[in-house]
Amino acid sequence: MQLIPARTLNIDFLKRVSGKNRVTSSAIARIAKHRLFAEYRASKNPGREYYQPLRFFRRHEMKRNFLRVLLGTMLACMGAHVAYAQEIKIGLNTDITTVDPHFMNQDALAAVSLHMYETLVGLDADARLTPGLAVSWKALNDTTWEFKLRKGVKFHHGDEMTAEDVAFSIDRPGTIKNSPVPYTTYTKAIVGKKIVDPYTIRFTTATPYPLLPNDLNRIFIVSKKLAEKATAEDFNLGKVEAGTGPFKLVKYIKGQSIELARNGNYWGEKPAWAKVTLKMLPNDPARMSALLSGDVQAVEKVPANLISKFKSGKDITIFGKPSNRMVFMFVDVRDTTPFAFDKSGKKLDRNPLKDVRVRQAISKLIDRKVLTEKTLDKLGIPTANIAAPGTFGYNPDLKPDTVDVAGAKKLLADAGYPNGFIITFFAPNDRLINDEQVALTIGQMLSKGGIMTKVETMPFSTYVGRASKKELGFGLLGWGVGGGEPSGALRGLIATADKDKGLGAYNWASYSNPRFDTLLLNAMHTVDDQKREKLLQDATEVAVKDYALIPLYNQVVTWAVKKGIEYTPRTDELTLAHYFKPE
Amino acid sequence: MVFVLRRILQSFWVLLIMSLIVFAGVYAVGNPTDMLIDPQATQEDMAKTAAALGLDKPLWQQYLYFLKGALTGDFGKSFVHSVSAMHLIVERMPATMELAVVSMGVAILLGVPLGLWAGLRPKAFSSRCIMTASILGFSVPTFWIGLMLILVFSVHLGWLPSNGRGPTVEVLGIPLSIFSLEGWRHLLMPAWTLALFNIAMIIRLTRAGTQEAMVQDYVRFARAKGLSNRRVVGVHVLKNIMIPIVTVVALQFGAVIAFAVVTETIFAWPGMGKLLIDSINTLDRPVIVAYLLITVTLFVLINLIVDLLYSLLDPRIRIAEPKD
Repeated sequence: MQLIPARTLNIDFLKRVSGKNRVTSSAIARIAKHRLFAEYRASKNPGREYYQPLRFFRRHEMKRNFLRVLLGTMLACMGAHVAYAQEIKIGLNTDITTVDPHFMNQDALAAVSLHMYETLVGLDADARLTPGLAVSWKALNDTTWEFKLRKGVKFHHGDEMTAEDVAFSIDRPGTIKNSPVPYTTYTKAIVGKKIVDPYTIRFTTATPYPLLPNDLNRIFIVSKKLAEKATAEDFNLGKVEAGTGPFKLVKYIKGQSIELARNGNYWGEKPAWAKVTLKMLPNDPARMSALLSGDVQAVEKVPANLISKFKSGKDITIFGKPSNRMVFMFVDVRDTTPFAFDKSGKKLDRNPLKDVRVRQAISKLIDRKVLTEKTLDKLGIPTANIAAPGTFGYNPDLKPDTVDVAGAKKLLADAGYPNGFIITFFAPNDRLINDEQVALTIGQMLSKGGIMTKVETMPFSTYVGRASKKELGFGLLGWGVGGGEPSGALRGLIATADKDKGLGAYNWASYSNPRFDTLLLNAMHTVDDQKREKLLQDATEVAVKDYALIPLYNQVVTWAVKKGIEYTPRTDELTLAHYFKPE
Repeated sequence: MVFVLRRILQSFWVLLIMSLIVFAGVYAVGNPTDMLIDPQATQEDMAKTAAALGLDKPLWQQYLYFLKGALTGDFGKSFVHSVSAMHLIVERMPATMELAVVSMGVAILLGVPLGLWAGLRPKAFSSRCIMTASILGFSVPTFWIGLMLILVFSVHLGWLPSNGRGPTVEVLGIPLSIFSLEGWRHLLMPAWTLALFNIAMIIRLTRAGTQEAMVQDYVRFARAKGLSNRRVVGVHVLKNIMIPIVTVVALQFGAVIAFAVVTETIFAWPGMGKLLIDSINTLDRPVIVAYLLITVTLFVLINLIVDLLYSLLDPRIRIAEPKD
């Protein structure tokens, strides 16, 4: 045993003895003590190994290692968090079948296209028209429109967007064969185009056509140079990517996902995300579990029964907004209707629904508050309008009927049905939020007032076929009042059916009202916005007060998003990655 | 050879009848243009669309058109995708095949040994556990198992991704995801979900076969000859009980390929089953018809292979024409 003078027991000595450099002095002292003691024991009993790494030290070191690992993980997570802040994965509820922006006109496809492509006229979150690739537009006269293009907008491949590209993009939808839903609906009004200079283009229409800016909100502008010979397949394979939008297409994997990267040269506000993945998860449980397990950070269209669960949780925020999807009942007004019977079960030879008093009674029997707050779990806002609240053509004077069973019974008695009648109410069961439950609730409410209602639901694919053949008579339907104004819906749903004029294509109730038709046609040919809005409001009032259809509520469209990310919900229900922002 | 030819001829009839039924069935459900059409469209737009897709003609004419195309190998273009229906299905096939092969592999590798074990020791506690588990295996519905797996391993534990397919590598032009860890992580839960029912079925078949075979004379004889237990069970018994197992495995393999619809939907696996569901939802008739024709062909082929395998497994079975 070597005796160590007390004064030499300084830290350097201990460090030397312990062989450790980077521990605290107290630890070194203990280790040194341990070593010295071991040496002492060894000198007493030669041949035996006394020195063992001190348990304390091992534990200590383990703790240190553990801390180091933990810290490393935390740092890695933070690193990941930084990456996370740059990347977002979003679960969509539709299967995206193509990324050709002109192949098929469908909202879900348009939403995806809006990441890579832009339109002349934009639509903001409240469905108001905003400047897009065109900075301004005006009607030179009733049939000529002039659009001034935004200068300095570059396509993803670097060329500047000019009027040539715009003219080409207007023509391209007409050249696509076999499109199940062609975009020509929105380009057919244009009969002539004139390129005034690279940044000015004029369109002529055959008749006064105020909806041109609204229609041009649907047509994506592509580069003429790249898209001229391209097929939809070239777009799908990513061979052609011809847009100006905030994101570039990286990869489109059919049935699975779309990967996007930020367009660094975007003319507008640059998106917060360097990388975006849109995952196609049409199955509700699959989409929701992807959100819960963190595979995606946001999903659209949250099932109604999960909203309150998500709201009570800590790590998910729900964003919602009344959408332009208006849910209503169409009511057959033909002389006879296939599913109306008297109380003894005999088919009625006179259609009770033809009488406006009966239709009013139906409306008065429906408690829209119960329907939207209970059946829909607050995913509906009662309405008596066609246009979504706050959008162009919305008539604030129209208020939903309040529930009034006595009044309804009186109306029925006045109409000659004091004992009511039997009718079947049809509804889809896979299309609208809780559609089957809504139909059942309505059935109960009507039966309470004496109209014995049988409810029959079916998949939308069957439903729509039968309804359009006018086999159903009385049913539930949801209508996306798109394009920023209601004339399309009024024209399709309520106007007297007329093939040549393109009116009443979805007028399944066979409703006809000359006063309404005059107002609507007037509106459709009035270019002045203020006058047109007034005409549309008046037309809506005429139709709703005559119960041409019975508006029930606007659906509330929802997004569920991980905490720390915000979404600006849109009336048109579109999910756009650049509307997500880190908080 | 004659046998094979006759089989192929028969299957042509099956295909023809099948296509007729599907064609009429989808037609009866509804019109795809009604499903897809834009709310802003007018009657003229609808008529134009119907004409572009050939839906304005009467059904028999549409069917003849289809037959004419089918004879030249063209099954028509999908209404909603811009490509041919067959191309679309073939494109999705590797994903489904991969899932089916892995899940059947799991089912055989687990099912046969466990079934043998339970058959050789019918009274042991372990065997009873196996048999009880197998009852669970085929009475619990797949969608529930799938959702529970997602709930436990993705949502709560966060070990496995809840949906989709991992990154793929092209092997001989076929994109496969089984060559990366990420690919397996995606594959594990859907494959297990699909395998569970088959594991249970194979266990029960193997056990029943084993119990029956163990008391047969040839087993006693083999033992008397002094063969080792391993050889008796591993060669003689196993070979004799294989016929029902091969049949079931083959048919289940076909079913897994053709109807993995539920599993593929829950796990958003981009295979053929998900394509079928998406197509039914949009009434995309060319894809539905082509899909079911492929399915029928698949089953005809599988049955043929099974018949040929029988004669390999059991020399007493001969494939020959019945002589009158």
